[in-house]
Amino acid sequence: MKLRHALMGAACTLALAPAAFAERGSDGQVNIIYWQAPSTMNPYLSGGTKELEAASLVLEPLARYNQDGSMVPWLVESIPTVENGGVSADLTSITWKLKPGLKWADGSPVTSKDVKFSWEYCTAEGGGCAQSEKYNDVANVETPDELTVIVRFSVPKPFPYGPFVGAQAPILQAAQFAECMGPKAPECTDANFYPQGTGPFTVSDFRPNDVIQLIANPNYRDPAKPAFATVTFKGGGDATAAGRSVLETGEFDYAWNLQLAPDVLAGMQAAGKGEIISGFGTLVERIMVNFTDPSPDLGDRRATVDHPHPFLTDIAVRKALSMAIDRELLTEIGYGDAGRPTCNVLPAPEIYKSSANDACLVQDIEGAKKVLDDAGWVPGADGVRVKDGVRLSLLFQSSTNAVRQDFQALIKQWWSEIGVETELRNIDASVFFGGDPGSPDTFQKFFADVEMYANNFDGTDPEAYMANWECSQIPSPETQWQGNNMPRYCSDEYDALVAEMATTGDINERARLAKSMNDMLMQDYAIIPLVDRGRVSAHSNTLGGVVLNTWDSELWNAADWYRIK
Amino acid sequence: MFTYTIRRLLIAIPTLLFISLIIFMVVTLAPSDPTANLPLSIPSEVRAQIRASLGLDEPIWVRYLLWLRQFFWYEPLHMLDSAFGWSLATPDMQRILSWQTRSPVADLIVQRMPQTLWVVGTSYVVGVLIALPIGIISAYRQYSWFDQVGTFVSMVGFSVPTFFTGVLLIVVFSVQLGWFPSIYDTTHQVRDFGSFLFQVKQMIMPVAVLALYNAAQISRFMRASMLDNLNQDYVRTARAKGMSERVVVLVHVLRNSMIPVVTVIALGVPTVFGGAIITEQVFKVNGLGQLLIIAIQGGDVPTVQTLTFIFAVLIVLFNLIADILYGLLDPRIRYD
Repeated sequence: MKLRHALMGAACTLALAPAAFAERGSDGQVNIIYWQAPSTMNPYLSGGTKELEAASLVLEPLARYNQDGSMVPWLVESIPTVENGGVSADLTSITWKLKPGLKWADGSPVTSKDVKFSWEYCTAEGGGCAQSEKYNDVANVETPDELTVIVRFSVPKPFPYGPFVGAQAPILQAAQFAECMGPKAPECTDANFYPQGTGPFTVSDFRPNDVIQLIANPNYRDPAKPAFATVTFKGGGDATAAGRSVLETGEFDYAWNLQLAPDVLAGMQAAGKGEIISGFGTLVERIMVNFTDPSPDLGDRRATVDHPHPFLTDIAVRKALSMAIDRELLTEIGYGDAGRPTCNVLPAPEIYKSSANDACLVQDIEGAKKVLDDAGWVPGADGVRVKDGVRLSLLFQSSTNAVRQDFQALIKQWWSEIGVETELRNIDASVFFGGDPGSPDTFQKFFADVEMYANNFDGTDPEAYMANWECSQIPSPETQWQGNNMPRYCSDEYDALVAEMATTGDINERARLAKSMNDMLMQDYAIIPLVDRGRVSAHSNTLGGVVLNTWDSELWNAADWYRIK
Repeated sequence: MFTYTIRRLLIAIPTLLFISLIIFMVVTLAPSDPTANLPLSIPSEVRAQIRASLGLDEPIWVRYLLWLRQFFWYEPLHMLDSAFGWSLATPDMQRILSWQTRSPVADLIVQRMPQTLWVVGTSYVVGVLIALPIGIISAYRQYSWFDQVGTFVSMVGFSVPTFFTGVLLIVVFSVQLGWFPSIYDTTHQVRDFGSFLFQVKQMIMPVAVLALYNAAQISRFMRASMLDNLNQDYVRTARAKGMSERVVVLVHVLRNSMIPVVTVIALGVPTVFGGAIITEQVFKVNGLGQLLIIAIQGGDVPTVQTLTFIFAVLIVLFNLIADILYGLLDPRIRYD
C-alpha cells in the first residue's frame, strides 16, 4: 500500500487531466438512473448501496479507492503511511492533513472540526448509524489545528484506513448536523435530504424514493469542474427499464447495476446508443456448508456447535459436493460477462488472490464419486449414498431470486449424479437476510444443510472479512443468532492467523496471511465458492469520463464526467 | 338520509379502529426486517443498533398505541399547523416517520399524490367515459359487430396484464418510434402550452394502459346491467306509450341500469388513490403505488401501515358514497 498507491493515484489524476478543459457547468444536464431509488442523502442513516452512491455526488471522504482498488487522497494532501510519518510506528494513530482552502457548498471553510464531528455523529448513542463499524476502536479524534486531524485508536491498527475513507464514511458539516446527534438524527429531515457537501454537486430538490435534482457546487475546489451544470438522478423501476432508457431510447446517460441476462444486455447494446461497462470487485456467490446438525428434533440447540452435522463433518462429502459443480456453466447461465468462475472466497484485490485452489474450475463428477466411494459412502437402492445408516440427503436453501433458483436446480442435478439427494428451498430475501431472531428462516440460523448467497467487503482490506470465520463469530442462541460464521467453522489454526493479521502491518505479510486463511477455508471445503460477480453498468455514447469503480461509489469521479460533442 | 349518513359515519369509527389493528398486526407480525436490504458488509451488531433506533425493541402494543396517537392526534395537529400557520403541535409530538427515508410519512404521501391523481385518476375518468357508451351500445345492439368487437377488446383489456401492455407500448412508441418518453418525469411542471404538451406526451402511455383495463371491466358491467333492464316490462310500457327510443334507452333503461354500475365505479375510486402498483413501476411514475411497494420491500412498517390505513378509510368512505348515490338514482330506496 502506501507510497506505491499514492503514486498510482497521482498517475490516475494525470491521466484524467485532459478531460478537464471545459468550464464549470458548460455541458448542461446529465441524467442518471438507479433502478433502486435512494431514500435519503445521509449514508450514515441508511447504509444501502443506492444511498451511498447518490450521496457520493455531494458528500466526500478524506480518501477513497480508485478503479484499481488503490487509495487516493481526496480531501487530503496525501495518504498517511508509516513511511511518511502519517501513521505512528506503533500503529495507534493516523494523521490526516486537509487540503487548504476547501469550502462547503455554502461557502464556509471545511475544517478539522467537521471531520471530528463526523466521527462523533456516527458514534453517538441511539443514532443507529449504519457505518459505525468504520469507526471501530477509535478512541479519540484530535484537531490540533484547522487542517490537521489525528485519529487515535485504542488498539494497534495495521490498516488504519477505516474512518473517513471510502463512500461509507464521508465528512458531514458540523454546523448543519450539530442538532442532529443520536436519537435526534432522523428528525433532521432537511439536513438528511439536503446535506452541505464538498462534492461536485449539491442537492436542489430531493424526493425520497423517487428523484433527486442536483446543481453544480459553486464552491467546488476545482474551478473548471464539474462540466455538468445540473444532474437528474431518477430512481425506481427495474434493471431492464433502466438499461433500456440508456441503451435503447437514450433518455438517460448512466444506468447503474444492470443485473440482466447476458443476451438481454447484448440485444440492448445493439441499438447503438450506449456502452456497457463492467468491473470486478470482491462479491462472491458461494455455498455455505453447515458443520452443525440443523435437525428440528434437537429443539433449541439445533444448528449449534453442540451437535455436529451427521455427514457434512466428513471432508470427503464436502469435497465431493464441490467437485461435482460446473462453475463455468453456472457463470455462463447466470451472469455472462458479469461473472467469472472462482475457487476462492477472497477473489480480489490481486495481491490477496490465491491460485492454490484452481482445480475446482473443472467439474469432476467421476472424481467426486471416487472420493465418496473411498470414504465408504455406497449407493443404496434408490441411488442415494449411505454409510452407517446415514443417508446423504441435503436441504439446500437460498433467497428467492431467479438466478439463484436456476443455480439450485442445476446443482441439485449434479449432486444427484454423485448420489446425493437434495431438497430445495427458497426464502424471501427480506426474511432470509433479515436479522429477526424470531424467524427460523434467516441465513444466520441456517436451519438447513447448505445455503447459497453472495457477500463481499467494503474497500480493499480483507482483515474484517476474513475474521468472519473465527470461532467467536459463530451464530448461536447465546448471541441472539448474530454472527457471520455461517458454516460454524472453528479452527484454532485459523483463529491464530486472524489474530496475527490484526497485528501485522506489512502489506505483503498481510497478503500472505489472507491467502492462507482463504486456502484453509477452501481446502476444508467449509465454503464452496461459485462465481465472482462483477458490476455491470451502462453509459450513453455521449457521456465521457466514466471510470467504473467497484471499490468505491460508481459515481466517484462524476466531477470529471463531460459531454462528448 | 342525513341521520342515516351520520349513523353510518359513527359506525365507521369502530370499524376503522378494528381495521387499523388488523393491518398493524399483519404488517408487524409478518417476518420482515428493515435492515434486510442493507449490504451484508454491515455487521449484525450495527443492524441491531439500527433496529433499536427505529423503536423496534419496544413491545408490539406500545408501538400500536404510539402509532394510533401519532395518526389521530399528532399528525392532524401538524397538518393544521402547516395549513394555517398555527403552532398547535409541540416539538415532542413526533410525527410518523418512515423507516427508509426518516422523513414524515404524511409528507411522502403529499409528494406522491399529484402523480397518482394525474395519471391514475385521468385513466379512471377516461376509462369510465369510454366504458359507458360502449356498454350501452353493446347491449342495445346485442350480437352486432359493434358488440362483438367491444367484447373482444374488453376481453383483451381485462385479461392481458398491464406489465405486458405497458412494456409493449414502451417498446413500440419509445424504443422503435421514439414518440413518447419511457420514463415519467415527476419533477415536470406545467407552465405553458409547451410544457403542457410534454405532460400529455408522458401521460399518454400509462393512461392508455390503465384506461384500457378500467374500461374493459366497467363496460362489461354496463352491458350486463343494460341487458337485464332492456327486457323488463316497464321498457315495453314506455315504448307502448309512444316514447322515442332515445328517451326509452337513455332515460328509462339507463337510469335503472346505472345502479349496480355506480357501485362498481364508486368502489373503484379508492383504488385510484392506491395507485397502480405495476403500471407505476413500468413507467416509473413513482406515485403512491410505488411508495407502497418500496415500503413493503424495505420492511418500512410505518409507511405501509399509514398508507394501507388511508386506503381503508377511503374504501369505507366510498362505500357510503355509493349507498347514498343509490338513493339519488332510485327514489324507492330510502334509508330512514
